[in-house]
Amino acid sequence: MGRYILKRLIWMIPVVLGVTILVFSIMYLIPGDPAKMMLSPEATPEEIAAKREELGLNEPYLVRLGKFLGGIVFRFDFGDSWVYNQPVTKELLNRFPRTLTIAVICIGLQIIIGIPLGIIAAVNQNGLGDRISMFIALFGISLPNFWIALMLILFFSVKLGWLPPFGIDGFKYYILPCIANAFPGIATQARQTRSSMLEVIRSDYITTARAKGMSELQILLKHALPNALLPVITIIGNGMGMLLAGTVVIESIFSIPGIGMYLVGGINSRDYNIVQSSVIFLALAFTFIMLLVDLAYAFIDPRIKAQFARKHKRGHHA
Amino acid sequence: MHNSSAITAITQKNKKQSQFAVVLRRLSKNPSAIIGLIVVCLLVIMAIFAPLIAPYPYDKQNLLNTRKPPSAEHIMGTDELGRDIFSRIVYGSRYSLSIGFLAVLFSNIIGMTLGALAGYFGGLVDDIIMRLIDIIQSIPGILLAIAISVVLGPGFINTLIALGFGAITMACRLMRASVLGIRHQEFLEAAISNNASTFRIITKHVIPNSFAPVLVGATMSIGNVIMSAAMLSFIGLGIQPPTPEWGAMISGGRALIRSCPWMVTFPGIFIMLTVLAFNMLGDGLRDALDPKLKK
Amino acid sequence: MSNNATSFLEVKDLVVEYTSEGSVIHAVNGVSFALERGKTFGLVGETGAGKTSIAKAILRILPDPPAKIRNGQILLDGIDLLTLEEKDMRKIRGRRVSMIFQDPMTALNPIMKVGKQIAEVIKLHNKISNKQAEAEAGKMLELVGIPAERFNEYPHQFSGGMKQRVIIAMALACNPELLLADEPTTALDVTIQAQVLEMINKLKRDLNTSMIMISHNLGVVAEICDDLAVIYAGEVVELGSKETIFDRAAHPYTVGLFSAVPTLDEEKERLVPIIGLPPDPSNLPAGCHFHPRCPWADEACERESIPLREIAPGHFCRCIKVSAQEN
Repeated sequence: MGRYILKRLIWMIPVVLGVTILVFSIMYLIPGDPAKMMLSPEATPEEIAAKREELGLNEPYLVRLGKFLGGIVFRFDFGDSWVYNQPVTKELLNRFPRTLTIAVICIGLQIIIGIPLGIIAAVNQNGLGDRISMFIALFGISLPNFWIALMLILFFSVKLGWLPPFGIDGFKYYILPCIANAFPGIATQARQTRSSMLEVIRSDYITTARAKGMSELQILLKHALPNALLPVITIIGNGMGMLLAGTVVIESIFSIPGIGMYLVGGINSRDYNIVQSSVIFLALAFTFIMLLVDLAYAFIDPRIKAQFARKHKRGHHA
Repeated sequence: MHNSSAITAITQKNKKQSQFAVVLRRLSKNPSAIIGLIVVCLLVIMAIFAPLIAPYPYDKQNLLNTRKPPSAEHIMGTDELGRDIFSRIVYGSRYSLSIGFLAVLFSNIIGMTLGALAGYFGGLVDDIIMRLIDIIQSIPGILLAIAISVVLGPGFINTLIALGFGAITMACRLMRASVLGIRHQEFLEAAISNNASTFRIITKHVIPNSFAPVLVGATMSIGNVIMSAAMLSFIGLGIQPPTPEWGAMISGGRALIRSCPWMVTFPGIFIMLTVLAFNMLGDGLRDALDPKLKK
Repeated sequence: MSNNATSFLEVKDLVVEYTSEGSVIHAVNGVSFALERGKTFGLVGETGAGKTSIAKAILRILPDPPAKIRNGQILLDGIDLLTLEEKDMRKIRGRRVSMIFQDPMTALNPIMKVGKQIAEVIKLHNKISNKQAEAEAGKMLELVGIPAERFNEYPHQFSGGMKQRVIIAMALACNPELLLADEPTTALDVTIQAQVLEMINKLKRDLNTSMIMISHNLGVVAEICDDLAVIYAGEVVELGSKETIFDRAAHPYTVGLFSAVPTLDEEKERLVPIIGLPPDPSNLPAGCHFHPRCPWADEACERESIPLREIAPGHFCRCIKVSAQEN
């Protein structure tokens, strides 16, 4: 078990490096001269050259990559913003709690609403409840979250005036962004839970349980649900990734100063270090969540647990 | 197992008819899939015949008639430059649909090739490809698309590449799983023992047998790509105004949402309809190809 | 059929149908047989003949949809199980009638400790504490030859044969009056098959359990059963005591089954297979369902359905050619 955790932690290293190198390399390919783009059109060649020197753009790819990577790995330092000369890391850490709050509220909604909907649908397969909830879920996965956000603002802020359309001054301000961001996730969760559940319901061991004389409710709670919810954990992890990414749009619509809004701001001001750092930061957060998901599996699913216990034993013999 | 006789009967039947006919028959009995298919076809027709369907040129400005709510003349109203929103939406379908189809097509060709190679050869090839895929998948798709989009700049082809890149991973995984699943089946062993070349085995046996899950995945990802494309346009990347892309239209109307909500509402409805149609079709295809989940 | 009131289990005219994509599959078509207490009854036939459906119909655990019991009675001590309330039926499942499934690999819950899976059925039908139930489950494990220390292990830690032992322990845990064994050894290695079979046989004798043994393997049936029915296309084609059927097989299908099995006692030129495939149960041949594969068939066999006839005391056969031959 300890070995599995260790193995999984070690696998984090190439992923973190890989993600950083990939994003850095993509961003390195930006055509044109970022220094020139950042300065006013009247800037003299000397000014541009000075800016290039300042941003470290004159150094070769490998040196720049090495510096950037070293900064992140050893000091968790993403460097400075090109436009404001502020340390990016500080800004990311300041903003992350807001982004995370939204993502966590959304994942909560996804679990509380999505999973029961999926179970109810599966248990009443092809019944009215199933059809209605799956129809709504199909809409849910087909709606762009930014459009839901705007429609919610239109309705609840502009028409009804119940909720604030932007800002972050308290609980009320989180309602609309969270609903807009969570909606697709809830729908996905409901759909996946349903299909996972349907697969389990058809399993032979459910027939075995029935042959024991258990009631349908007992079978559902003791046999079907625990088996069906295992794959659902992965969906929650993936959902977290979707939600973190989704905040990019949601935050800029609702003017929530999180990482997403920072990222969009970086795009608009051509501050590419902000863009690449935000993308890497969110990707690393996602990687970390998937690590937790995998570890959760190892604790919950006896098959995985035993698989590694056995490997452990074999390792000793070899 | 529990109804072995029923299953035997079904498999016997399947052997009689071709697999394709069975899938089509099942699909035709699924009203939701048919609706999805019809809507997709209507959208394609709308895109192809846009000049005939749109009542006005999409870029025709009329500064005397700006920000008009829906009326008989302009059924979805006009925007801040007096352009007819319905006409712009009709033309916009060209961008959304072609980006959806093409990005998924290219990413699937690349992804399927990689997946087939990984699954077929296993070992080091598999390790390298799959670790790469793992890393790409560690970056949430839309973020990756944003990063690529920032680098490549706006434009149709660039958006296509930005969105297609992330979609490679799913096709690759599906293909690899299918290949692994059928790798040890008898007909493949027979082919190998007959000294068929590797290329021949992959093209003649592996790809046709892996087609079903990839097709379902592709249909579903067309919807996703269309949605992501709109999102990129919305945040100022991807296809940009004055091109009548749906996401860009929403972005343009966003500032005026209080006074002219129709500028935001209608393009959004069309994004939803399109994505919904592809998802309904994808669901239907999945059920038709894998009936055990349905019945 | 011996229609005396002493029968412990009586299946009368059972009809089971599956609906699949608009077509109706006739899995069981009017099957009747009776079983006395303590005896073992064999159901023999090819895969897909409807044997499993009969067993699941007795427990009423057929998947509905697609399966439906269209007709018939299943009398257990004179009470028709098919008319019982679901609530009362639950008290019968696992306690009075239990089942051993065909595939031990999938019949156990993969994420539940095997001991708990056995204890569960004990707790369900007895008013005892969890602790007592678990102690009983441990004893059951020992009974089927698994050390009680393995109580806390999971199914994937067991081999196929061991899993089947767990399932047998589970089925016998509440000392049922009737055990339905559905091809209990088919999925196992040949070497394990004999062990498991012997164990079932011994436990059944020790506990005085009645049993229905489902098999496509005549050897298995020969070893365990008292009476047996040969099932073809959802119908009983021949029924009688084991000796009768083994010594004086009358129905051409039964004869064919025996010719397809190698025997040691007789020197045979070669094995004679039954030609053709089992019929499509959604589209059964008219008349005698076996006629397309029958070496004796003529037009008379295609005309109308053939009744099951008593050709000798206690020996029933569904063939118009046979009665002519025997008499």
